[in-house]
Amino acid sequence: MARYNVRDCWMVEELRKEREASQLDIEEITNFISGNEVLTARRREIYERVLSDPEFARDDRYFHSREEAFDEAARKAVHKIKLLKEMDIASQVDKYYFRGAVDEELPTQLNETMFIPTIESQGTEEQKKKWLEPAREYRIMGAYAQTELGHGTYLRGLETTATYRPETEEFVIHSPTQTSIKWWPGGLGHSSTHAVVPARLVTLGKDHGMHLFIVQLRSLEDHTPLPGINVGDIGPKFGYFGMDNGYLQLDNVRIPRDHMLMKYAQVAPDGTYSKPPTDKITYGTMVQVRTGLVLFTAHALARALVIGVRYSVVRRQGEIEPGAGEVQVMDYQTQQFKLLPLLASAYALSSTGVAMMMMFIQGSNLSVRGQIEEGNLDLLPELHATSAGLKAISAEISNNGIEVCRMACGGHGYSQASGLPHLYVNYVPANTYEGENTVLFLQTARYLNKLYSSGQPMSALPTNVCYLATDYPGHASCGVRSVNRLSDPHLQLEAFRQRARRMVGVASSAYQRALGRGLTQPQAWNSTTVDWTVAAKVFTFSVIYFITKNQKFVWLTVTTVVLKSFNDAIEAKGLSPANDVIMRKLCSLYAMYWMVQSSGEFMTDGYMTPYHISLARSLLYSLLAEVRKEAVPLVDAFDVPDEILNSALGRYDGDVYTHLYQWAQRAPRNKKKVHDVYHKYFKKLLKPKL
Amino acid sequence: MARYNVRDCWMVEELRKEREASQLDIEEITNFISGNEVLTARRREIYERVLSDPEFARDDRYFHSREEAFDEAARKAVHKIKLLKEMDIASQVDKYYFRGAVDEELPTQLNETMFIPTIESQGTEEQKKKWLEPAREYRIMGAYAQTELGHGTYLRGLETTATYRPETEEFVIHSPTQTSIKWWPGGLGHSSTHAVVPARLVTLGKDHGMHLFIVQLRSLEDHTPLPGINVGDIGPKFGYFGMDNGYLQLDNVRIPRDHMLMKYAQVAPDGTYSKPPTDKITYGTMVQVRTGLVLFTAHALARALVIGVRYSVVRRQGEIEPGAGEVQVMDYQTQQFKLLPLLASAYALSSTGVAMMMMFIQGSNLSVRGQIEEGNLDLLPELHATSAGLKAISAEISNNGIEVCRMACGGHGYSQASGLPHLYVNYVPANTYEGENTVLFLQTARYLNKLYSSGQPMSALPTNVCYLATDYPGHASCGVRSVNRLSDPHLQLEAFRQRARRMVGVASSAYQRALGRGLTQPQAWNSTTVDWTVAAKVFTFSVIYFITKNQKFVWLTVTTVVLKSFNDAIEAKGLSPANDVIMRKLCSLYAMYWMVQSSGEFMTDGYMTPYHISLARSLLYSLLAEVRKEAVPLVDAFDVPDEILNSALGRYDGDVYTHLYQWAQRAPRNKKKVRTGVHDVYHKYFKKLLKPKL
Repeated sequence: MARYNVRDCWMVEELRKEREASQLDIEEITNFISGNEVLTARRREIYERVLSDPEFARDDRYFHSREEAFDEAARKAVHKIKLLKEMDIASQVDKYYFRGAVDEELPTQLNETMFIPTIESQGTEEQKKKWLEPAREYRIMGAYAQTELGHGTYLRGLETTATYRPETEEFVIHSPTQTSIKWWPGGLGHSSTHAVVPARLVTLGKDHGMHLFIVQLRSLEDHTPLPGINVGDIGPKFGYFGMDNGYLQLDNVRIPRDHMLMKYAQVAPDGTYSKPPTDKITYGTMVQVRTGLVLFTAHALARALVIGVRYSVVRRQGEIEPGAGEVQVMDYQTQQFKLLPLLASAYALSSTGVAMMMMFIQGSNLSVRGQIEEGNLDLLPELHATSAGLKAISAEISNNGIEVCRMACGGHGYSQASGLPHLYVNYVPANTYEGENTVLFLQTARYLNKLYSSGQPMSALPTNVCYLATDYPGHASCGVRSVNRLSDPHLQLEAFRQRARRMVGVASSAYQRALGRGLTQPQAWNSTTVDWTVAAKVFTFSVIYFITKNQKFVWLTVTTVVLKSFNDAIEAKGLSPANDVIMRKLCSLYAMYWMVQSSGEFMTDGYMTPYHISLARSLLYSLLAEVRKEAVPLVDAFDVPDEILNSALGRYDGDVYTHLYQWAQRAPRNKKKVHDVYHKYFKKLLKPKL
Repeated sequence: MARYNVRDCWMVEELRKEREASQLDIEEITNFISGNEVLTARRREIYERVLSDPEFARDDRYFHSREEAFDEAARKAVHKIKLLKEMDIASQVDKYYFRGAVDEELPTQLNETMFIPTIESQGTEEQKKKWLEPAREYRIMGAYAQTELGHGTYLRGLETTATYRPETEEFVIHSPTQTSIKWWPGGLGHSSTHAVVPARLVTLGKDHGMHLFIVQLRSLEDHTPLPGINVGDIGPKFGYFGMDNGYLQLDNVRIPRDHMLMKYAQVAPDGTYSKPPTDKITYGTMVQVRTGLVLFTAHALARALVIGVRYSVVRRQGEIEPGAGEVQVMDYQTQQFKLLPLLASAYALSSTGVAMMMMFIQGSNLSVRGQIEEGNLDLLPELHATSAGLKAISAEISNNGIEVCRMACGGHGYSQASGLPHLYVNYVPANTYEGENTVLFLQTARYLNKLYSSGQPMSALPTNVCYLATDYPGHASCGVRSVNRLSDPHLQLEAFRQRARRMVGVASSAYQRALGRGLTQPQAWNSTTVDWTVAAKVFTFSVIYFITKNQKFVWLTVTTVVLKSFNDAIEAKGLSPANDVIMRKLCSLYAMYWMVQSSGEFMTDGYMTPYHISLARSLLYSLLAEVRKEAVPLVDAFDVPDEILNSALGRYDGDVYTHLYQWAQRAPRNKKKVRTGVHDVYHKYFKKLLKPKL
């Protein structure tokens, strides 16, 4: 699947002009975003295969009812499983690309992403031997049934019980209340034959809290639910139409003792419970999933921007100079202000996501995975805290951004033909799954609070956060006196860090004051959580800025894998000059936009003043005008094929109106020139005599 | 339809506790929100009628496919028309309530809201006689086909032509290009038999710009499209499933001369064109529609808050004190911070909407409608500018707010059973229709720019904006030194106005500097539109604050209609004491929330300092804790019946989990289960995988 090309493709003049005027090396930027050219090539290869396969066609996706979508998704799921085997696709990266190409949540995917990995990490060798092969071969299909009707984020609140009966060496799994019915798990409704079920382990009369159990749900003969199993779909949702998110009510279901996953905690045949040594190890997986989400949501935002930017260049509306003709919407400053800071943010989040991903790729010497597996857990608290905030920020910016892009397309953005409604409803759950954003921000905040009040010497703190503990420079000012000076990345970073320092300080003193007023620690914490959310957010913003500013470095780590530590700045071959210039501008745009948006926070301690903010505003506006010129190549570089965009507005050739029209012709409602509603209803009204 | 009552209803303990602890007079607040007790009673009467009618049932709405929804909407539309006649409902207010009770966009509604009113205001007496009765009787059904595939907001860009032929005394209506195909109009796809079509009038070789023409689209015999008419549905959308937004391509369609609406502009039989005298008069309608949208979007936000707040009180998750048991989500400060400032905003927008509405109700002596009709247009520029910004702010806050409420409900907010996804997709178009928000903010901004650079003496300026022209007090500070002092509404208003003054100043100087650099006026304007958008927004925020602060006044104008002008402050019977206290707190919460959110703007000129912002933050947090105690009664006061909420999470009785479960049992995807427990996808696909040998 080669890149679209300005030489070989027909396109509307508006887009051709933009592309021909650009000096950027787009392929290099694409590689920068992918990680490197090998990854780009591999992605294209997999996309090519999937997109040329008629079984994976999605042209009519937006016409389907939810029930048709479920049928479609089940069909694609089975075909995908077959194909993965044929193509011998096994690596995580390849699977990520394959999933991106299919671009649909499939009812079988939880077997792959949750059921198998859970058994791999929590099962004994024997259990792995028993369950993994059938699951990998899809002779069974598993879900992960954790959340309950009345219980989500707070795991200790789960009510499902697994009571051990030594006499039969069985567990009795039971849903004791209505609120304990398992609710939401993907693939649980009609697809899965088995599930890993987290439940409270009760043995010898004692409740040991949550442990994991494998429960068979459906007959392998005819798929009917087994006795004691009440299972089904939870009903229509905002999106995820092809997924059978399900419920599961267990009525004293008995399973053998060896269906409890016992790698760590164990129950002996006589019912004796033995404790797990440490569960820090599971942090690693959680961190990895969250960092994956940074990239995942950044890509969704990128996709929305491809649509928003191309359409804004094609669309003409209104005049700037009266009588001079209608202008491209992209030439309005207000439109640039909606889209281009998001473009900068998408690049920033994508850089951050790639950098984080590298930490988990085996062989990369940024890899922390190896260190964790070897038992070196020093990095974990920082990683855990940082990844929590990053997931939350990334989901928040990306999902809000998709809606901004949609509305920036005016009326046509509301049509399913734009591709944006579908994109939004399928990505917005990232705000609440794998840790609800506010909960995650507060995890970051707890780490910051600990750090801030630890009284440790600066040298003892992790590298990326030690700046928080440096002495507060009092009423020092950033000292900038010109727009030009404000473009300096070091200075921008310092401003972001000073904000983080200050807002962590604000939250921390509020917390201390609350304690001083006699509140308990938990009360004091709750009464300052809004401040702490701000602190966590601004801290995360500065992490993103830091990574983005050092993009040259990130680019290198990915391509050459020669660097020793995450924080080194080194001399090396970077991007070509024109690319380097635009990347720096994007970085600066990211900084100035968020500075102006939250100017009050930057002024909290006088480090920046209203005068500095007015400079930031000037810089922001000139960056908008500059980045606007390269907006089209910058979204082209995301390298999203038209089939995946699936948008009449976002097409590479810009032939927007033709495709809006042709798409509408295929709509189910247009099958007949006179719709049934006339005969059924309107006729009575319009021709009452008949 | 009486109010739900804490004495007579079963409810979960969490909600009962909140309701029993409250000292508020909820009925009084409901009347305050409605306008007055007569309006409340009338609304309940109409709701009662509609909600007890099985034809208007909506229990299964979230299960319907788009095509089922269209069928359903068409059925309800015809039933509604029958019922309106039977019940003799004619007033705008009654129709608004009826529409609220049906709570669905209907394919016939454009006949009522656009086709008929356009003929009424733009048609000659003869034309009215000819068209209005058939339309009112629904012997014909009309759409309003303005926007084109390539053209929206910018009316002068429309391409459809109406060329006059004196020889036959006909207009030829034509879509000359692909981009000129009419696109989006509601009811156009499969329902309407006629449409008002705005097109460029060309006569005697000259293009006179946009005028309105009545075109018949479909046969009245069998509903088939007439020759030259290519009409259909534009395809699925984010929401509005029951509406056939349509397209219309006209291939040299000939219509008689008298199908051009000629109250103002006219084309004589020989093709001579005569100009309209003034078109300022049409401003009035636009302003009225926009002010209506303030109320409309505020009500949508209110509805989302009913769901969000009640569910947050019922839902327990996590512990604040370890071991003390799971707490109600509403007790987390972060949850309060998501929902309660929105609650304050909903009250503020709703007050503002009611105040604006009163200006258009005949007989109210706030009415500007009468003045406009008598030719007094002095108020129009201010009203036009203010209503533009108000519509934009209200749509923006409300639609963002609905999503905030949805996500504040965690995972269950993503289920259609919450009612919030449906609410969002059906209200969010308010951001782009009737004037896209950014375009509207810039209309407000143009007015501000004119005002600011007019050099007029302060006394010559309209009352509500004259403060903008008062001398800038230099580095004066607001002088507040305590949280308590910051609670003073006058002081809060002054801070909001100072911000407006300052941000208008920032935009204005940027504009002047751009001119100084040699840019043309339009270029200078475009290069400062982001600043101008901010200026318009903060100006509008201060208008809302002003109206909300004077709520006692609004309440009075509605109930007693004794006041002389919009701006008088008078002594009169107000709300009962407990209600008055909570309303003041909401007003203060509105102010402190937006002050903290945009603290940088308040500090632009040193009028407020970081110290003042820290006071604002303290006040904000204590208001959160205080308003939280009355959060349930405050959403109860919105008086939204369960049938309209249509939400398992938002029910008055709080029996959330039972209804989530029962609702899911009825889902189409679970139907097979009743017979065999196995969905078709197993037989069609999974079986191959799980039992490959077969």
